Amino acid sequence: MLEKTGIPTSDDINLVVPDKKRLESGPVAVIECFREIPCDPCFYSCPFEAIKEFDDINDKPKLDFVKCTGCKSCIAKCPGLAIFVVDYNKSTVSIPYELLPLPKKGDILEGLNREGKKVCNALVVSIKDPEKNDKTAVITIKVPQEYLMEVRNIKVGDQNGR
Amino acid sequence: MIETDILVIGGGPAGMTAALKAADNSAQVIIVEKYHQLGGQLIKQTHRFFGSKKEQAGIRGIEIAKKLTDRIKEHNNIKVLTEATAQGYYEDGILTVSQNNKVIKIKSKKLIIATGASEKMLSFKNNDLPGVYGAGAVQTLMNLYGILPGEKIVMVGAGNIGLIVTYQLLQAGVKVEAVIEASDKIGGYLVHASKIRRAGVPIYTNHSIKRAIGDRSVEAAEIVKLDNNWNEIKGTEKIIKADTICLAVGLRPLTDLLVQAGCEMAYIPELGGDVPLRDDNLKTTNNDIFVAGDTAGIEEATAAMLEGEIAGLKAVSEVGHLKNNIFSELKRLKDELKKLRSGPEGKVISQGIKKARGDSNAGKNRYTHLR
Repeated sequence: MLEKTGIPTSDDINLVVPDKKRLESGPVAVIECFREIPCDPCFYSCPFEAIKEFDDINDKPKLDFVKCTGCKSCIAKCPGLAIFVVDYNKSTVSIPYELLPLPKKGDILEGLNREGKKVCNALVVSIKDPEKNDKTAVITIKVPQEYLMEVRNIKVGDQNGR
Repeated sequence: MIETDILVIGGGPAGMTAALKAADNSAQVIIVEKYHQLGGQLIKQTHRFFGSKKEQAGIRGIEIAKKLTDRIKEHNNIKVLTEATAQGYYEDGILTVSQNNKVIKIKSKKLIIATGASEKMLSFKNNDLPGVYGAGAVQTLMNLYGILPGEKIVMVGAGNIGLIVTYQLLQAGVKVEAVIEASDKIGGYLVHASKIRRAGVPIYTNHSIKRAIGDRSVEAAEIVKLDNNWNEIKGTEKIIKADTICLAVGLRPLTDLLVQAGCEMAYIPELGGDVPLRDDNLKTTNNDIFVAGDTAGIEEATAAMLEGEIAGLKAVSEVGHLKNNIFSELKRLKDELKKLRSGPEGKVISQGIKKARGDSNAGKNRYTHLR
C-alpha cells in the first residue's frame, strides 16, 4: 500500500516502533524509512552508535532501541526527513520542518497525521535553530498521548495566505 | 585555435568532477558550459542529497554546486567558457564551440562529454497552453529566480523529480492539488512521497492527464483513471482546478554530440533511451572520447559525480600527466558506484550498463551515425 499511497501503514510503522516498555523508559527515535535506498547519513549522525553501521548502503536503517537516547541528532541529518523522536512520558514528538514561517514556542497548531489530516492540537515546546542544521528546523510538539504515533507534521497558519 | 589536454563539455555535476579530477592530476582542462554559470542541475536542487556520507550525502545540491564551482574557479589548470555551445567534433580531434557569436576551435587530447539530459514531453490535448511546464522549468523559475510558476498546480509524474519539485513548490507556498502517476506504483523514493503526503498532497497512482482546460492559459486539468494495461477507464474523468500543470515524466540523455562524433550508440531503455556504448572507465568506442553523467544514462547526481571522476582520472592517465598509480583510486571510485547501484533502482541501471558495455546483447539495437 505504501508504494501506492506514500502513506506508511500501521504494519509498516509497527516494524520501527519499540515496545511499550521501551517507550515508557524515555525518548526514542522512530525511523520511518521503509525502502532500500542508497543512503547512510543517519549512521554518521548518531553520537551513541544506536544506528547500526550499514553493511550495504542500500540497507534500511537498523536502530538499537537500547542505545538510542532520543537525543534528536539524527532528525535533521536524514535527507528523507523520515526520522522522528517520540517521548512518551512528556507526550512529545519531534519532527523535521523546512517551511517558513517557523512557528514560535507556545503556539498551538494543528497536528497532522501521515496523510496531512488534522488529528489533534499540537503545542510547540521547542524549536532547534534551523541555521545550525543547514535550514532544517527540529520542532518538538506536545500532543495527546494517543496521537504520539500518528502526528507527523504541523500546520503553521496559512502559508502566505495561500 | 586553442589546445588543451582535456576538454569537458558540460559544467554539471559530472563535468565538474571530471574536470577537477583531471586538473588535480596536472592536466590542462577547458570546460565548455552553455549556461552563464557552472553547476548544471545542482544549482536548483535545494534538497539534501541521498547517497554515501563519504561522498556528498546529506548536503543540499546547491551547496555541492557552490563547493565544486569555487574549487574550479580557484584551479589554475582549469579554464571555463560559459555561454558557450559545443557545435561539432571533427576527425582531427577538433571541437568547434560558439561563444559571443564567434566560433572557437579547440583541439584536445581527450574529450569528456557530460551534456546531461533533456525532459520528456507528454502528449495530451492542449499541452501547448501557457501554464503547462516541464518540472525543470518550474525548478529554475522558483529556485533560481524566485518566481512562482503559478498558484495551484497539478504535478504529472511521481518519480523522484515529481516528488521533489512538489515538495519545493510547497516550500515556496504554492498549493499542489495532486500528483498523478500513470504507473500503479510511486516511482520515486517513498520517503519523498511520505513527506508530501503528510503535507496534505494526494498522490493518485494509475492516473493520467487527459487534457488541459483553459481559454488562453491553463484553468484546470482533466485526469482519468487507468487500468492495469494503461488504458483509460471511461467515466472516471475528474476535473481539478489549477493554473499550472507541471510535467515530470522522465528524462532522455542528450547525446547529439556523441552521435555526430560517430560513437557507437544503442537504445537501452534501462538508461533512458539512446546512449553511447562504453567500457567501465566510461570510454566510448572512440579512443579519445569519454562520457559521464546523464548523457551516459539517466541516473542521479551522486552517480554522475562518481562517473565524472572515473572518466576524468582515466582520461588524464592517457595523456601522460599522472604521477601516481591510478588503479587503486579507480577501483575505489568504481566500488563506490557499485555500492550505490546495488539497491532496487540501481539494479535496473546496472543491467542497462551491462548492455551498454557492448559485451552482451545490445546487439540488434546498436548503431553508428553515418558520416
